[in-house]
Amino acid sequence: MKLSHSPLLAQNLPAGRSRFMLFLLMAGFAALLVRSLYLQGVNTDFLQQKGESRYSRVLELSATRGRVVDRNGDVLAVSTPVKSVWALPEDARLTPAQAREAARVLEMDVRELNRRLGSEKDFVFVKRQVAPEVADRVAALGLPGIHLQKEYRRYYPAGDVTAHVLGFTGVDDKGQEGIELALEPILAGKPGSRRVIRDRRGQIVEDVESIKAPQDGRDTVLAIDAKVQYLAYAQLRQAVSDHRAKAGAVVVLDAKTGEVLALVNLPTYNPNNREKLSGAQLRNRVFTDTFEPGSTFKPFTAALALEKGKVRFDTPVQTAPGRLSIGSATIHDAHPHGVLTVAQVIQKSSNVGAAKLALSMTPDEMWQMFDSLGFGSPLRLGFPGEVGGRLRPAKSWRPIEQATMSYGHGISVTLMQLARGYMAFARDGDLLPLSLTRLDAPPPAGKPVFSAQTAREVRAMLEMAVQPGGTAPKAQIPGYRVAGKTGTAHKLDGGSYADKYVASFVGFAPASDPRLIVAVMIDEPSAGKYYGGEVAAPVFAQVMGGALRSLGVAPDAPLRPLLVARNEPPAKEEM
Amino acid sequence: MLRTNLVLLLVVVACALGAVASNHRARKLFMDLEREQNRAKELEVEWGQLQLEQSTWAAHARVERIARDKLGMRTPVPGQILVLEAGGNPAGPAQGARP
Repeated sequence: MKLSHSPLLAQNLPAGRSRFMLFLLMAGFAALLVRSLYLQGVNTDFLQQKGESRYSRVLELSATRGRVVDRNGDVLAVSTPVKSVWALPEDARLTPAQAREAARVLEMDVRELNRRLGSEKDFVFVKRQVAPEVADRVAALGLPGIHLQKEYRRYYPAGDVTAHVLGFTGVDDKGQEGIELALEPILAGKPGSRRVIRDRRGQIVEDVESIKAPQDGRDTVLAIDAKVQYLAYAQLRQAVSDHRAKAGAVVVLDAKTGEVLALVNLPTYNPNNREKLSGAQLRNRVFTDTFEPGSTFKPFTAALALEKGKVRFDTPVQTAPGRLSIGSATIHDAHPHGVLTVAQVIQKSSNVGAAKLALSMTPDEMWQMFDSLGFGSPLRLGFPGEVGGRLRPAKSWRPIEQATMSYGHGISVTLMQLARGYMAFARDGDLLPLSLTRLDAPPPAGKPVFSAQTAREVRAMLEMAVQPGGTAPKAQIPGYRVAGKTGTAHKLDGGSYADKYVASFVGFAPASDPRLIVAVMIDEPSAGKYYGGEVAAPVFAQVMGGALRSLGVAPDAPLRPLLVARNEPPAKEEM
Repeated sequence: MLRTNLVLLLVVVACALGAVASNHRARKLFMDLEREQNRAKELEVEWGQLQLEQSTWAAHARVERIARDKLGMRTPVPGQILVLEAGGNPAGPAQGARP
């Protein structure tokens, strides 16, 4: 059948009707065209974005905090991921049985748990930083509204031994004390992010772009030697408990490089468990507490007198009758001596002798020496709360003050400054900047303070001080020649000198070619003995002896000076 | 004409399938890479934990306690120390050394 024969077509339709249909169809097409133009052209960015958000994700990439290791590579601080348990109180509707179970797994009180979950807030931490096993068990409970979040926690395997050197980080893994704060820019990692495409099952199938690459914190190698550090800690703890002291501190420096090999403070704390912390435990006394150094300052006075050519090593100084009046004040010696040489003034630690040496110099000369030794200004090692001690301008010194400063009163220093000051004697008169991190390059040239000749002569005086007849025979170490000076200072208590003491000892060894400087400070020994030679010197000897052995420093003396010091005739054998 | 078109159609289909296959392969490889990278990260974490464990076991306080209490070790007294010099001949108070 042919279409043209259809009776329907034979009918004549009005022309307007078909044109109207055509118009409708065209209008429909035009509407589609406009709409597609609108979607493709005008609105495309918005739609693309919406589409992408269905499959692409921005992932946060966490960065880890750098490790802290000691100079031999032993780990001192490391961050490791832990989980924190958090909850949306709105969703967390636990049955009493579930709550009990959760509290048991988390090792916390049920009431405490319920109190947190009953909070008005939108988000609460139930418990932060739990062990991975605990986190797994919490996840296994499948409680509603309870979630886990990955966080980093810092661990300090050496615990209280290195507490003050390292400091600690807060719950957000940011440094708050010590090295952790001082080296925060190096240690901290910078988290990054990247955009990826995920498939239906949540697997990442394509990397779109890396928005910001994460930067892990750099590992830091400290100058600290964990072995020496432990040795200093153990010996100091023993001494502080034996002498019932309030506090104590030890610093060990490498005289060749200026590196800090050990830094110990007591009382200390466990950085891994900081629940009950007191200010006294946190104090990094080596940097933040100043004390009047007492007789440990006399060698500086003697060195300046030698340097200025006022005296020679063996110039006699009259110290009888053990008193010296300046203005209305009088300086006393603990034991009166007669005529002493300059060397003996140091050996016997005569206040009168030191004061006489000081009065032969101008205040300005003394101030300049103290200043160039670094007293009065902070060391700026980056430790929080570093102080510079008290060194008043020379113009305001009265003669009595100049005299007392010669033996370390009326001036205050930190133990670290004192140890560094002795570096001028341990080296040939120059001072190196201190370093808390291991130096891999040779240290920079030192800043000269004294001439090599002066340094050598003071070394000889300091060696006499630990020999029989000196103030600190207990500082002797079998096998090594030792040089050092005791200090016993009255403590200032409310403006006047009280019956409390700071016993200190600073010295170096081997005296023939000094390698280590050890400074010991013991605050308020109250078990009867309080002289630096009896309280601090034995700690020095133990720490120094052990450290020299562990660093493999060759002995420079016969191995039996302690026996020699008793009765036997002096041994002539030399190595 | 028709034959050329058919051949071209086949070529196009083959290319399209190839593109799909290689894209799939790329995604699979990428997933593998991702997995391995995660593993590397986990191993890194584990290494840190092992280091931590090692330094806990090797803590000087613990070593000293074991050496002193369990093994009965002690620091030699001066007379027991013998210093050997690089040359080889023992120096020092050899005569004073006790066994």
